Amino acid sequence: METAIEVRDLVVKRGKQQVLHGISCVVPRGSVTGLLGPSGSGKTTLLRAVVGVQIVGTGTVTVLGQPAGSAELRHRLGYLTQAPSVYTDLTVRENARYFARLYGLGATDADAAVASVGLASAATQLVGTLSGGQRSRASLACALVGRPELVILDEPTVGQDPVLRAELWDMFHTMAAKGTTLLVSSHVMDEAARCDRLLLIREGRLIADDSPTAIRAAAGTDDLAEAFLRLIKANTGNAGSTESGTRTNEGTAAR
Amino acid sequence: MSLRILAATTGRILRQLRHDRRTIAMLMVVPSLLLTLLYFMLDGQPTPPGQPSTFDRIALVMLGIFPFVIMFLVTSIAMLRERTSGTLERLLTTPLGKLDLLFGYGLAFGLAAAVQASVAAGVAYWVFDLSTAGSAGLVVLIAVVNAVLGVALGLFCSAFAQTEFQAVQFMPVVVIPQILLCGLFVDRDRMAGWLGAASDVLPLSYAVEALQQVGAHAEPTGTMWRDLVVVAAAVVVALVFAAATLRRRTG
Repeated sequence: METAIEVRDLVVKRGKQQVLHGISCVVPRGSVTGLLGPSGSGKTTLLRAVVGVQIVGTGTVTVLGQPAGSAELRHRLGYLTQAPSVYTDLTVRENARYFARLYGLGATDADAAVASVGLASAATQLVGTLSGGQRSRASLACALVGRPELVILDEPTVGQDPVLRAELWDMFHTMAAKGTTLLVSSHVMDEAARCDRLLLIREGRLIADDSPTAIRAAAGTDDLAEAFLRLIKANTGNAGSTESGTRTNEGTAAR
Repeated sequence: MSLRILAATTGRILRQLRHDRRTIAMLMVVPSLLLTLLYFMLDGQPTPPGQPSTFDRIALVMLGIFPFVIMFLVTSIAMLRERTSGTLERLLTTPLGKLDLLFGYGLAFGLAAAVQASVAAGVAYWVFDLSTAGSAGLVVLIAVVNAVLGVALGLFCSAFAQTEFQAVQFMPVVVIPQILLCGLFVDRDRMAGWLGAASDVLPLSYAVEALQQVGAHAEPTGTMWRDLVVVAAAVVVALVFAAATLRRRTG
């Protein structure tokens, strides 16, 4: 299994607060990895560190064999920010075509990306006139238009209708089958089951890093939400032993 | 830097502008309206013998100042929007270079300023009979370079504003002192020494001097070209500083 992302002992402070306390994880290539956790748990910060836009304290992030944020990676990576970052005063198509041009691609690629997120019929509408869900899909189209090897999506399915959400997840898996690596954050547990691998993060610490099946088995329940609850309890219950067992550096920091 | 990305970025900014019809209308009409106001305000003012009329003197300078002020404001808000909407952060994760973005703004708004300055100059020369010894083309050229100076300063200043409220207040800070000290109200060589020195380091002073050279001489003078080079150099310096404010990594 080839590695797309390797995070080692990542510590990030935002302001005076430490938001990631020594995270280590690996994301395999050609898979859909879910980053799950409640709001404020550090998901966005971890994704930003992978994209290379976050100032990190200590630790390393290696992406496609290079340090995160390397100039060369900017051709190979697509990033969807949590808030839709598209130009509201341009149409969906104009947005997609602009981002396509940045990667040296043309109008056909842009239109294909717009169609792939189900916005073909709204392509000539100004983004500012779209609903929240449509806007975030316009933003998604711009993240995918460059045909990146690695796609980092920060809550791409928030506010989407269930049918569309299922379609988007199908698209993510089709992309993964073709070799694209996707790291997708979500705070909705029912999306966890759709991932090949799961990273569960809570209060800046990694609680689980495994396949959904393995997580269910470890927790002894078929319900992933329940499994996570049990893992969190197990983690907080005997924090000392599990923490020092898996991440020794953090055990000392906690004391 | 990449020509393809620069062209795409310039096109994108112009497309954004095109969707904003009211802004286009204001860009084109407001300077002419202000010139109209100036014309009637100064109508009937006595002209000292052997000197240009007050309207000729002030309108000529205003042709350079309007695009400077307007493009400063438009750009600082546009760039602030890039920063606050997240598009800037996203752009910096793509193959786009910082200079592609900054030059894109310079080109796009420079083009808009060229149209704006031509319309305003057309109105000044044909409707209000502005007369200058030198050519109107040079006046438009200086106005456009001056507009690009406004763009460059706007790009730089937007880094120090977190909100639109703050951004617009950079106008009184950055623009008005330059207008006061540019030689329009008081001749620069009659100012107190320290004010003269301040005037000497403010780029708008050179743009105004260049315009006055066109007003007084039939052929472009060496002073005018030197002044234009100074303004262009100020543009480059402001763009370099602006590039330094674009950080790929933030906290």
